[in-house]
Amino acid sequence: MLLPKFDFHEPASVEEACQVMAEFKEKAKPLAGGTDLMVNMKKKIVSPEQIVSLGRIDTLKDLSRENGTLKIGACFTVADLAVSETVQKLVSALGSGGRALGSPLVRNLATIGGNIGSARPAADLPPSLMAYGARLSIESSRGSRELDIEKFFKGPGMTALAPDEVITAIHVDIPGPGAGAGYINIGVRRAQDCNIVNVASFLALDEKDGAVKTARIVMGSVGPTPMRAPTAEKVLVGSRPDASLFAEAAAAAEQDCSPILDFRGSAEYRRAMVGVLTRRTLEIALKEAQRG
Amino acid sequence: MKKLITLTVNGKSHEVAVEPNETLTDTLRYRLGLTGTKKGCEVGDCGSCTVVMDGKPVNSCLVLAMQAAGRTIETIEGMETEKGLHPLQEAFVEKGAIQCGFCSPGMILSGKSLLEKNPNPSEAEIRGAISGNLCRCTGYQKIVEAIQSVKSE
Ligand SMILES: Cc1cc2nc3c(=O)[nH]c(=O)nc-3n(C[C@H](O)[C@H](O)[C@H](O)COP(=O)(O)OP(=O)(O)OC[C@H]3O[C@@H](n4cnc5c(N)ncnc54)[C@H](O)[C@@H]3O)c2cc1C
Ligand code: FES
Ligand code: FES
Repeated sequence: MLLPKFDFHEPASVEEACQVMAEFKEKAKPLAGGTDLMVNMKKKIVSPEQIVSLGRIDTLKDLSRENGTLKIGACFTVADLAVSETVQKLVSALGSGGRALGSPLVRNLATIGGNIGSARPAADLPPSLMAYGARLSIESSRGSRELDIEKFFKGPGMTALAPDEVITAIHVDIPGPGAGAGYINIGVRRAQDCNIVNVASFLALDEKDGAVKTARIVMGSVGPTPMRAPTAEKVLVGSRPDASLFAEAAAAAEQDCSPILDFRGSAEYRRAMVGVLTRRTLEIALKEAQRG
Repeated sequence: MKKLITLTVNGKSHEVAVEPNETLTDTLRYRLGLTGTKKGCEVGDCGSCTVVMDGKPVNSCLVLAMQAAGRTIETIEGMETEKGLHPLQEAFVEKGAIQCGFCSPGMILSGKSLLEKNPNPSEAEIRGAISGNLCRCTGYQKIVEAIQSVKSE
């Protein structure tokens, strides 16, 4: 399989990358791990004339903690996300997403920024990131901005990025005591697979009475972008979490999604699995929230 | 336009002129003659193109040669020493983990990377480590046994 012809740029800094992006705009594409872009170029789905590799910009590979927030560089690899003790301890649902992605070979190349940038409806990291309420740092030669990740996805492969912009970091607020999250995905096989359904749930409990203060449920693979389950979240807020409340929320989530049928699964199956995964991820979130 | 890059392959430094849109697989196979690295699916699914880059096994079909500039690459050709085959290669032969052999370079490099990180892996860890390497012949059991046999020695 041949790759289209392109020029290759390898900027050493974000500023330099932004300059190249500003010069070529629509003709340029950032390249991170390449596990999505290289495949799409080989399949002739995209043919950028200019490739801007982010792989030599070391500042994009950092993971750091700033007060109550975890800052993850856009080029932090999925392999590191999958094994990082910091990630596991502070934002475990993101670690679960990392471990579910691809194979060890793919994970060693794939980055968190690329997973977001690919904007695949079934991608493994966006549901957890949305459930945690993550924010993206986005830069261009025109300046920088911060964007709620929920506003980022516009459709399959479509995002809120302008042609000259790059994602530089992802900010995740570390859940405090009484809060937690869970992520589960179902595919046809365990590795190297596109998800049939994937769900992340976040819960924050009221310290006084233990009732649900905040709930975010995000469903992947059942719409053009990962999406919130607003009715299910409403069911939860203000009530004490227990099995019957979670069953009610799961039933509501099934109605909040609009799955399609394809060779991986029927719409009915997907809808049923949204219910099952909503309940199970809520159970994980609750366990985390109550661990003290 | 071709560009000159330097990369270290199996301990030896090479200077090669590569196209911007050339994959690392093609550089290894066609410019350096290292055909142990296979071309299968070419889109990251099969693992037959596995090489170890800066200590990590990756799909070389998804890496541009330009991205590999200055990096250290290990291919299947680098595993044999003057003492003979690497113990893991021996184990693949002994246990019948090789049939057609197309997946073997990738399987062995993934297995070796696992054993270096985790000298005593469980069966589940072995199966996880080779989950990006497809084999159409052996049914995987013999491959798992081969990797397992090296750990217990
Ligand atoms: C065999 C195989 C299995 C896979 N399995 C899974 C899976 O189970 N789950 C899953 O979610 N995905 C899977 N994928 C898809 C892919 O591996 C992931 O989406 C990965 O996280 C992409 O990251 P990357 O760094 O390789 O992205 P790249 O391919 O480098 O980039 C992807 C897109 O994002 C853009 N981009 C990258 N970085 C930035 C940035 N910093 N700012 C702006 N735009 C950017 C690129 O221009 C491109 O459009 C699989 C891929 C393969 C080949
Ligand atoms: S040829 Fe690279 S994974 Fe199949
Ligand atoms: S031995 Fe033939 S593909 Fe594995």
